[in-house]
Amino acid sequence: MTGTAWRAVSESRAGRGAAGLLIVFGAAQLALGAGRVSPAAFPLPTTVLGSAAGLVTNGAFVTSVGDTMSVWAQAMAITIAIAVPVGLLLGTLSGAERALAPLIEFLRPFPAVVLIPLVLLIVQDDTRTEVVIVVYAAIWPVLINTVYGVRSVDQLARETLRSFGFGPLSIARRVALPSAAPFAATGVRIAASLAFVVAVAAELVGTGMNGIGAFTAAEESGTGDMAILIAVAVWSGLIGLAINAVFAGAERVAFRWHFALATATRELP
Amino acid sequence: MSALPARPGAGGRPYLLLARLLVLAAVIGGWQLGATAAGNPYFLPPAQIASGMYHRWFDGPASHLWLTADATANLLPSLGRMLSGWAIAAVAGVALGVAIGRLPLLADLAESLVHFGRAVPPPALVPVFLFVFKIGTPMEVAAIIFGVIWPVLVNSIDGARHVDGGYTETARAFRLPPAQRLTRVILPGAAPKICAGLRLSLALALVMMIISEFAGSTNGIGNEMLTAQSTFDIPLMWQVIGLLGVLGIVLNALFAVAERRVLAWQRAPRATS
Repeated sequence: MTGTAWRAVSESRAGRGAAGLLIVFGAAQLALGAGRVSPAAFPLPTTVLGSAAGLVTNGAFVTSVGDTMSVWAQAMAITIAIAVPVGLLLGTLSGAERALAPLIEFLRPFPAVVLIPLVLLIVQDDTRTEVVIVVYAAIWPVLINTVYGVRSVDQLARETLRSFGFGPLSIARRVALPSAAPFAATGVRIAASLAFVVAVAAELVGTGMNGIGAFTAAEESGTGDMAILIAVAVWSGLIGLAINAVFAGAERVAFRWHFALATATRELP
Repeated sequence: MSALPARPGAGGRPYLLLARLLVLAAVIGGWQLGATAAGNPYFLPPAQIASGMYHRWFDGPASHLWLTADATANLLPSLGRMLSGWAIAAVAGVALGVAIGRLPLLADLAESLVHFGRAVPPPALVPVFLFVFKIGTPMEVAAIIFGVIWPVLVNSIDGARHVDGGYTETARAFRLPPAQRLTRVILPGAAPKICAGLRLSLALALVMMIISEFAGSTNGIGNEMLTAQSTFDIPLMWQVIGLLGVLGIVLNALFAVAERRVLAWQRAPRATS
């Protein structure tokens, strides 16, 4: 590589980001490879990469990813179907929202995973229990962001439409929905990442469930191959990144006008 | 920090407080009446849950601060692991975050690592920790640290990076030594963001405590839930659920008090002329 090309890479942020990954990867490889730690106790990074590549053709792992994503998709559909309408309603009836706020604040931070044994007893079905748990965790970001979005509606635009004789429903369609939608979408993006994490957590602790969490728990007690355990975590991280990237990209495309407006407002003196 | 944005003037009015109390009373009362009337073994009335919690954990001798043997055997270890994991993550997260936030080269090197690290679902690493540390406190603390460090780290980076340039320039002009620049200018400037991260991670610590105890423990609140599950002890399940709800509220309230103390100068009028 020529000097200028090398400088361009070393001074670009992407180049430095890649360098950071390589440095940590290499340092771990050297430190572990020096033989102070036995490979069985902690595998070399290259071994983990090999295991991660091997998982792609591992039928049980691929099925478990499909199981997790299926629960994730069902839970997200239910979450959006409940949280967006309730959020719109609470945002519009601000008195009701303010009266309910302490209840929401009580329910929201509750660790959903704790509910697994009880929900399992009531629902009597592993997959449905998992969906209930994930919905419980994912519903709050969507609900709260939607309420916030409805509140951010431009009062002037609302009053203008009203004075032109538009009815409440058509005002809602023309003003309230468009201004609440970007906020709801942000809530959905946060919920999508959270739902994936909670699904893996539920599968890990809920005996009898399928999915990534169950796969890695079974590997831990079965083969006990540390490289595979870490490789599963690496794949989970990549799936998490992909979920976030897809939703962030969709947000940017769907609400370009909103982001343009937000930037323009910020740049005003 | 209430997650729901407050409107100007909201919260102080007596009728709002009354409405909130009425809603809470209606929910709890409705639950009590409904559960009593239904007599369904899965849905216990709140009064029964509360008295069960009291007898199980808080009915002990005064010399033990009214904690029962069950509470000292399970509650205290859980809380100890949770708080030590959170404290270690807080110190490490703030130190790393401030370094990354103030050093652009380090920020570029670390950015992709941080993005990837926070995307890994912490539960997916619990089996790794279980394998390395076996069942016990080190495994649980490690899982809690990994689970809760990311909000502290990301918020510390953000806070340290965006300290008001006027302050850092002034500190430079007055030739403040680096150590004082850090403790007098950068840390206070980043404090609001750092506190926001610490609060998020405190709530997460409770979740990670439960997940790690579910995955492998010999005592603790999560372990009591496992016992309840294997013996179909539904009252105990509700008691653990109630306890975690109360713990979440108490921890959040304690943190709010501490945060108000630490950030008191922020609300004080800054005009000095």
